Amino acid sequence: MRRVTKTLTAALASAALFAGAAQAETFKWAFQGDVQTMDPHGLFETMTLSFQRNIYEGLVIRDTSMELVGALATEWENTEPNVWRFKLREGVKFHGGEDFTAEDVAFSVERIRTEGSDMKVVAGLIESTNIIDDYTIDIITPSPNPILPLQLEIFYMMDKGWSEANGTAEATNVKGDDQGNHANLNANGTGPFKLVERQTGVKTVLAKHEDWWGDAPTNITEVIFTPIDQDATRVAALISGDVHMVYPVPVQDWQRLEDADGVKPLAGPEARTIFLGFDQDRDELLASSVKGKNPFKDVRVRKAFMKAINIDAINEKVMRGAATPTALMIAPAINGFNAEMNEKREAYDVEGAKALMAEAGYADGFEVTMDCPNDRYVNDEKICQAAASMLAKIGVKIDLLAQTKSKYFGKVLAQNDYDTSFFLLGWTPSTFDAHNPISSLYSCRVDGLGAFNLGGYCNERVTELGKMIQSEIDPAKRQEMIDEAAQIHMDEVGHIPLHQQPLSWGVSDKIEVFQRPDNAFDLRYAVVK
Amino acid sequence: MIGFIATRLFQSVIVMLTVALIAFALFRFVGDPINNMVGQDTTLEERAALKERLGLNDPFFIQFARFAGNAAQGEFGFSYQHRRPVSELVAERLPATLELSLISAILALAIGIPMGVYTALRRNGLLSRAFMTLSLIGVSLPTFLIGILLILFFGVILRWLPTFGRGEVVDLGGWTTGLLTESGLRSLIMPAITLALFQMTLIMRLVRAEMLEVLRTDFVKFARARGLPDRYVHFKTALKNTLVPVITITGLQLGSIIAFAIITESVFQWPGMGLLFIQAIGNVDIPVMAAYLVMIAFFFVVINFVVDMLYYAVDPRLRVDARGGH
Repeated sequence: MRRVTKTLTAALASAALFAGAAQAETFKWAFQGDVQTMDPHGLFETMTLSFQRNIYEGLVIRDTSMELVGALATEWENTEPNVWRFKLREGVKFHGGEDFTAEDVAFSVERIRTEGSDMKVVAGLIESTNIIDDYTIDIITPSPNPILPLQLEIFYMMDKGWSEANGTAEATNVKGDDQGNHANLNANGTGPFKLVERQTGVKTVLAKHEDWWGDAPTNITEVIFTPIDQDATRVAALISGDVHMVYPVPVQDWQRLEDADGVKPLAGPEARTIFLGFDQDRDELLASSVKGKNPFKDVRVRKAFMKAINIDAINEKVMRGAATPTALMIAPAINGFNAEMNEKREAYDVEGAKALMAEAGYADGFEVTMDCPNDRYVNDEKICQAAASMLAKIGVKIDLLAQTKSKYFGKVLAQNDYDTSFFLLGWTPSTFDAHNPISSLYSCRVDGLGAFNLGGYCNERVTELGKMIQSEIDPAKRQEMIDEAAQIHMDEVGHIPLHQQPLSWGVSDKIEVFQRPDNAFDLRYAVVK
Repeated sequence: MIGFIATRLFQSVIVMLTVALIAFALFRFVGDPINNMVGQDTTLEERAALKERLGLNDPFFIQFARFAGNAAQGEFGFSYQHRRPVSELVAERLPATLELSLISAILALAIGIPMGVYTALRRNGLLSRAFMTLSLIGVSLPTFLIGILLILFFGVILRWLPTFGRGEVVDLGGWTTGLLTESGLRSLIMPAITLALFQMTLIMRLVRAEMLEVLRTDFVKFARARGLPDRYVHFKTALKNTLVPVITITGLQLGSIIAFAIITESVFQWPGMGLLFIQAIGNVDIPVMAAYLVMIAFFFVVINFVVDMLYYAVDPRLRVDARGGH
């Protein structure tokens, strides 16, 4: 009997050992930069928020079809025009063992209002909260807001008790007088992974959160994330097998990954639209040969530019056919996209463009400086070069000023009084809704609208539509307004949309991942085979 | 002696202030820090408020005075990107850079000197010519390319060595070292060779030239005439006399190894000061950039100061000059 027990124990022990070995899956990956902070309210930026989403969770989350589903909330409804009621998930535990309740939601709302928070855009959507019971909370909005849940995906919940105990009840402050800043380097979320080690700029290690409420395909138990700045080193790290996944991969390196054993490039459509824009605001362009007037105020000139640029050629030659040429300023993944309208782009027509230029009084063309980043978007500088050579055919001489992103943004943004005459920019609507680009990119620059409307395109009706879209509850009426705004913008050539750029990841054959169209990476769907 | 030290110290302070001023003036041209610190949806008012909070709207000289005053107390402010005190970041990254630089310097000396001696003694030997050709490559190929080629060959094709990072490190009370773990040592090989290659070829060529010079001198000929064995003449008599300039150059080069580790560190994602600096440039992290430049200037000033002191000790003529003789 004793012997049997012994054998049994040994068998059990080896079985346990075997099971343990089979389950321990380490996943290593690298990105071109570091996650800026662990504080979920510290920086409203895709990469940082997407990494934090594995540790922290919001009330809602998007699944693999980008549909909004419940995370910390199970259901939500618009009980009154400006009240959203959220039923919270019961039995959710933070990594530290604390229970998640409505109090934590109310606390998080207050935390994003503090000085260091970069989530004040979200804070502005919420007037106040009203705790009904432990697992029910009302969020009151300043005006009716039908898309509030869409806007809350990136707003993550923190534990009130933990934050207060660690002196981090306010958001991490860049200025540094909040010496606590505990949440900058530590984390206590409800998500499927918990933070184990954080060396800023060097390495971040996550481990599986065993008590997670949810159920996801992932079988990963440990995650090691390293930033690798240099493209060549990053790609080499993938091919050599030192990491399982890297992104972004330069489009030029796809062939190399295809030729190498055990790895492949992973490309998909990104929700980021790349477009050109013109200064339509100043009476005289800052950097052009035309003096005393602004040629871009004339819609014929803008239309001529549109006709002169061959977006299919840019896609074929510069983007290796991996981009999605577009007529609209939004991608198919965005709420409000209209496939029919996206077909109606002004056709490529050099002769027509020349005629329009002549009609506008610029038969001999003119000179203008073009601002372009060279390390922000996929092949950004090459796109600008291609556009410049196409515009040369209608007599427009482009003086290309391509520079690194911090220099570029430092020049063209509002802080520098929109110092640009002609530019290339890219945009992913953070809410995945058409309202965001309408209000940020092509509303008139008044009342804090049009912050990224670098060219000052202004049409009163579009601006008004933007405001109406924000509070329209009926989906059909809302779509009509979105289409009307898009049509006006298209007719007036407010910008020249080029394409949605491709996502460009490199993965090992040993793993399966889900590429979100906003270039975010969700570990919930990463599986090691 | 006191007067000499005082003069040199005064000059060092002027140099430091000048470097800080130039560095600070340059930051106006690296771009806008605010855009890297906020998301795209952050409103214009928020951006303006942040800029005001960071004191970036103050006049240039007020910003500079504030920086210089804090720096003098060893306080470099808060990193915009990491949201942590810069001094903390520097303390974290310094061991990686110093370890890499020191190993590279040792490597350069341990290989460079014997190669130099050998090529001087067997001027026309096949191996000597091979060394000379190799050294030409070392001098002329950019560090970046050497690093990438090493990664490609040993990391990707042969898969012997890790392609990036520092491997596992051991924390010895505030000083992290990669020298005690296998993965740490393996990670060190390629960056150390990359960084050492230029110095190695420099030292080899220096030793060779000096040796050729010394071997022609009378005292070496006399040593030979006295019937001393070749071994003794080459290594005791000749090599010893070539080492003085080698030591001087090596000392000065240590400063540049630390400073120029930037490229090697960024190719191998080696988490040292240089990488911190490169990342700071990309993010317009002004406090980190300023701290790095001032620190490197400080290293150079200290090394030069020490070298000057050594000269003073070694060279009696300097002492005479200081007393105003002639």
